[in-house]
Amino acid sequence: MGADSYGSYERWLPGPYLSAGTSSFTDFLAAAAPDLLPQAPAPAPPPTPATAPDAAAPGSFARALPHGTTIVAAACDGGVVMAGDRRATAGNMIMQRDIEKVFRSDEFSAIGVSGVAGIGVELVRLFQVELEHYEKIEGRALSLDGKANRLAGLVRGNIGGAMQGLVVVPLFCGYDEDSDVGRIFSYDVAGGRYEEHRFYAIGSGSVFARGSLKKLYRDGMPVADTVLACMEALYDAADDDSATGGPDMTRRLYPVVATITADGFERVSDDSAAEYARTVVEARMADPDGPHAALPPAVTPNGSRGALPKR
Amino acid sequence: MPFYVSPEQAMKDKADYARKAITRIRSGVVIACDAGILFIAPNPSRALRKFSEIYDRIAFAAVGRYNEFENLRKAGVRYADMTGFQYDRQDVTARGLANWYAQLLGAIFTDSPKPYEVEIVVAEVGKTADDDQIYRITFDGSVADEHGFVVMGGQADQVAAALKDAYRDGMTLEGAFTVAITALGSQGNGDRSDVTAAQLEVALLDRARPHRTFRRLTGARLETLLAGAIGGKKETGAIAGQPADSAGPADESADGAGEAEADRED
Repeated sequence: MGADSYGSYERWLPGPYLSAGTSSFTDFLAAAAPDLLPQAPAPAPPPTPATAPDAAAPGSFARALPHGTTIVAAACDGGVVMAGDRRATAGNMIMQRDIEKVFRSDEFSAIGVSGVAGIGVELVRLFQVELEHYEKIEGRALSLDGKANRLAGLVRGNIGGAMQGLVVVPLFCGYDEDSDVGRIFSYDVAGGRYEEHRFYAIGSGSVFARGSLKKLYRDGMPVADTVLACMEALYDAADDDSATGGPDMTRRLYPVVATITADGFERVSDDSAAEYARTVVEARMADPDGPHAALPPAVTPNGSRGALPKR
Repeated sequence: MPFYVSPEQAMKDKADYARKAITRIRSGVVIACDAGILFIAPNPSRALRKFSEIYDRIAFAAVGRYNEFENLRKAGVRYADMTGFQYDRQDVTARGLANWYAQLLGAIFTDSPKPYEVEIVVAEVGKTADDDQIYRITFDGSVADEHGFVVMGGQADQVAAALKDAYRDGMTLEGAFTVAITALGSQGNGDRSDVTAAQLEVALLDRARPHRTFRRLTGARLETLLAGAIGGKKETGAIAGQPADSAGPADESADGAGEAEADRED
């Protein structure tokens, strides 16, 4: 892609607008204005040793950019909840305390991004316009599977950037109007799309968040309980991952939480989020590791249940 | 071309061709009211639409040859989404879009062997009624900044005359709807009090909605509006935004509404 296509006036000439023949905004951009796509255009030239002493290492360019971290999603009764922490880090520096990583992609779906924040947010913007564009051109909204597929395509489009270390991975969830359930989809950098069941988490703190949810999650929880479980999971992720931020009670910064049900996308208000965060934090004052899960009752050799033999 | 044709003659022929084609189709009305901007046209088809959403507060209305204005509609959606994506959502304006359409249609009129047989309206609903904008763009790329109402295509003069007497600034949605239905009924074969919801396409740019303001009015909501319009017409004869009378006409049209519902059921 040459420099003359950057901000070119040609993108306003009628040709592609009248002849595009596609309902996809991304495909139209690729024809009319490819430089607007959130993809790393060309491999970065190797830095000279004089300018960047430690820059010889691959991916160091990416490491200097803000990264967003943990996103969790959990299915609830009649929908799905998604929550993300508020921290963006670059190496050991906190670049932003209040970054938002969970977004409304359309009326019945939400998307959270982890990885390089700059490209991630652009990817979300493009995805939002992509969904709205299809709906306006075609006169109907995409199915949830269609949306998930389209997002996979957008992620695959960034594979060049991912190979340079500019990794962006989304987590997508939505309310499926046909089956009246919430559904969760995860992705890999190659554009692979995987449907997850019950709950999932992505980002550097995802391992800890998933472990926490494993013990806290129950099928068919009401929305409020699911939000609380997600808050607990993010708290546990922040507890063990420096790149994930816990609730900041002094600055009143809490995870962004969104619920999607038959009533559509709704972002939990700051006041509500504060209430949930307070519940979590006050319980942790007594029990720093969080709610305890019960061990299963022991089964004795003859098959009856009873207390374990004393050692 | 085998013989020389003067440019004036060529343009005049094209303009006559397009104008004649547009006069042959049935009119549609775009009318401003306190609730926003209302679009009404006869349209028995369920698949082909004359009114569409372009952006948050911008709608597109067209009459004429369907495949041509459908092309323009999609181009407008692409233009709006491109502008909103490249800059910001609030930077997409009906004025910019109308200018763009003017360039497009002007080029098509001059360069193509056949002009587009279309007439389009781009409307933007404002925060208040004073900020509403309605632009009419004709087949040759002329843009007109309209106020209050626009009659598109068909016997535009007849319908516009009827509307001009009845239109008032700041009418309610029901009032504007009634005025428009009455004016549309005055074209062709006189009073059409038998018009049903299934034969109409109605849309609204709803001022009060937060994000995307474009809404199609269908089903029960349209039935109610129609019942009010027909009832009001029967009661008073001269419509000037007066509210329809309740008991009698509502009962009469309840059966009509049931029939229309049954017709539309698959």
